[in-house]
Amino acid sequence: MLLIFALTAGVMFACGVYLMLRRSMVRLIIGLSLLTYAVNLLIFAEGDLQRRAAPIIDAVPEDQMADPLPQALILTAIVISFGMLAFSLALAYRASQAAMTDNVDALQRTDRDI
Amino acid sequence: MQPYIVLPLIIPLLMVLTALARFRVFRRRLAQIGAFANLLACVALLIVTETGQIQVSQMGGHPAPYGITLVVDPLSAIMLTIAAVIVFAVVIYSRAAIDINRERFTYYPLLGCLLLGINLAFLTGDLFTLYIAFEIMLMASFVLLTLGGERGQLEGGLKYVVLNVVGSTLFLIAIGLTYSVAGTLNLADLAQRLADAPSIGITTVLAGLFLIAFGIKAAIFPLFFWLPASYHTPPIAITALFGGLLTKVGIYSMWRVLVLVFPNELVVLQPLLLTLAMLTMITGVLGAVAQMDLRRLLSFHIVSQIGYLLMGTALLTEAGLAGAVFFMIHVILAKTALFFISGIAYEAQGSYDLKKLGGMRVMHPGVALLFVLAAFSLAGLPPLSGFWAKLLLIRAALEAGQYLVVAVALGVSLLTMYSMVKIWNEAFWAPPAPGRVAAMLSREDRRSLMFPTTLLVVLIVVVGLLAEPVIRLSSQAAVGLMQPAAYIDTVLVDSEVEE
Repeated sequence: MLLIFALTAGVMFACGVYLMLRRSMVRLIIGLSLLTYAVNLLIFAEGDLQRRAAPIIDAVPEDQMADPLPQALILTAIVISFGMLAFSLALAYRASQAAMTDNVDALQRTDRDI
Repeated sequence: MQPYIVLPLIIPLLMVLTALARFRVFRRRLAQIGAFANLLACVALLIVTETGQIQVSQMGGHPAPYGITLVVDPLSAIMLTIAAVIVFAVVIYSRAAIDINRERFTYYPLLGCLLLGINLAFLTGDLFTLYIAFEIMLMASFVLLTLGGERGQLEGGLKYVVLNVVGSTLFLIAIGLTYSVAGTLNLADLAQRLADAPSIGITTVLAGLFLIAFGIKAAIFPLFFWLPASYHTPPIAITALFGGLLTKVGIYSMWRVLVLVFPNELVVLQPLLLTLAMLTMITGVLGAVAQMDLRRLLSFHIVSQIGYLLMGTALLTEAGLAGAVFFMIHVILAKTALFFISGIAYEAQGSYDLKKLGGMRVMHPGVALLFVLAAFSLAGLPPLSGFWAKLLLIRAALEAGQYLVVAVALGVSLLTMYSMVKIWNEAFWAPPAPGRVAAMLSREDRRSLMFPTTLLVVLIVVVGLLAEPVIRLSSQAAVGLMQPAAYIDTVLVDSEVEE
């Protein structure tokens, strides 16, 4: 189980980095979101991957409880990455409108005089 | 339990709520009041912790390693206060430097949001809240950077967003791995548990990951390219705020996480850190020397100054850290003041290009005086704040026997001086560029530009002349970092007592 998680996360990281190295803005954003999802898998795999009961004190014996913290981290991270994705999509849309191209390499105005 | 610690979080939150206010002028007034109230609250915290006392507050009453802990020690209090000064100055400055459309949009609420993130980063006692603080700060900075939607802003913004999101991703990976190694995310608890970690291998990897993650935020050597690509694009008030504060939050996190939790690993990483510090100083200043645009020149200087901060950190001695804390206070003031002055030059002459500026000395002698003080302070001339900052750092490096770093730091100082002289020659000393009519500033604009700039420069001079108490304060902060027993005890033991 852990191996599957590790491989999936690894492949997602690789895909994300590959997409980010492309010149297209859309691929850049997709690559970025793949990276953030891969991190979620990574954190999930660190909590232990057995089926366990909900961590409710007194209702569940302590040795059968799941660790709730990684899940709380992931939930927060999902919400944050969702916000980031929405913002970066809007930004990329506006930037591609302003630059009249989808090519990231064309965004050189900031290196020259403005 | 000291509930007043949350004031630096509540007040910026109230500033965010001013978005609901109906009128632009009303909103601005509320933001000014909010920034001032935040300043008062932070100064109060500084006075409370001045003797080295550590204030702790457990959110929701959950005891320490389980709940969210807010901690104010001398270091946090210093950072909070200096950030509050800068935000207050920027809010006043914005009245003239930010155009009506941006003001009408959510400019002031976004400032509040940014301040909320910064203050939370300084206050928090656990890693995950630090991550959230970074995200709040980043999100606000993304919008502030691209607010207005000019082409340069959008392009610079895209680069800024992508690299910072990658940085956050690395930070999150590091947090996840830390949790699986140590089983806790509370900084005090982590420091305690990792102190007797079985293997230094995995913890060194973690320290390296944190170094890269914070390095991206702080713009250290191979990771700084987003900064000169984006910082010069928004209006100058926003550039001044970012240039003064944002990268420094990265350095603060390095102190808080690396020095507190991973002291043994830092010894392994020390040669790397020193090399990075030297390269950051050199590349930053060389980039600056080549620029003719004021904002871009100063942006490169941010990178160069980060090198000094990293140098103080990399020495791994109390003296080095004390010097770095002093340098932090100095550089935040000096940098923001210089950005403010370049904004005044822009308002007066309509350009940031050094070739098109000129004659500021005759037309605006007051501004010229402010520039000289701020620039000399950045270059490190006595008796201004920069002199003491560099003196402390260099003395610490000599004591640690790192002579190469000393040589680099002194050489970079010289080049800093050179580029400041270049600004002076081109913008202030040279005759006005032909065909350029100086715009007259309205009296009210003039006042709201000059007041915050003067405030910062006066602080630079005061810090320089009354260096003794500031040095004492910085040493106290450094001692708190290098000898974390008091910090750990206050966070962990106090919470047990209260149960």
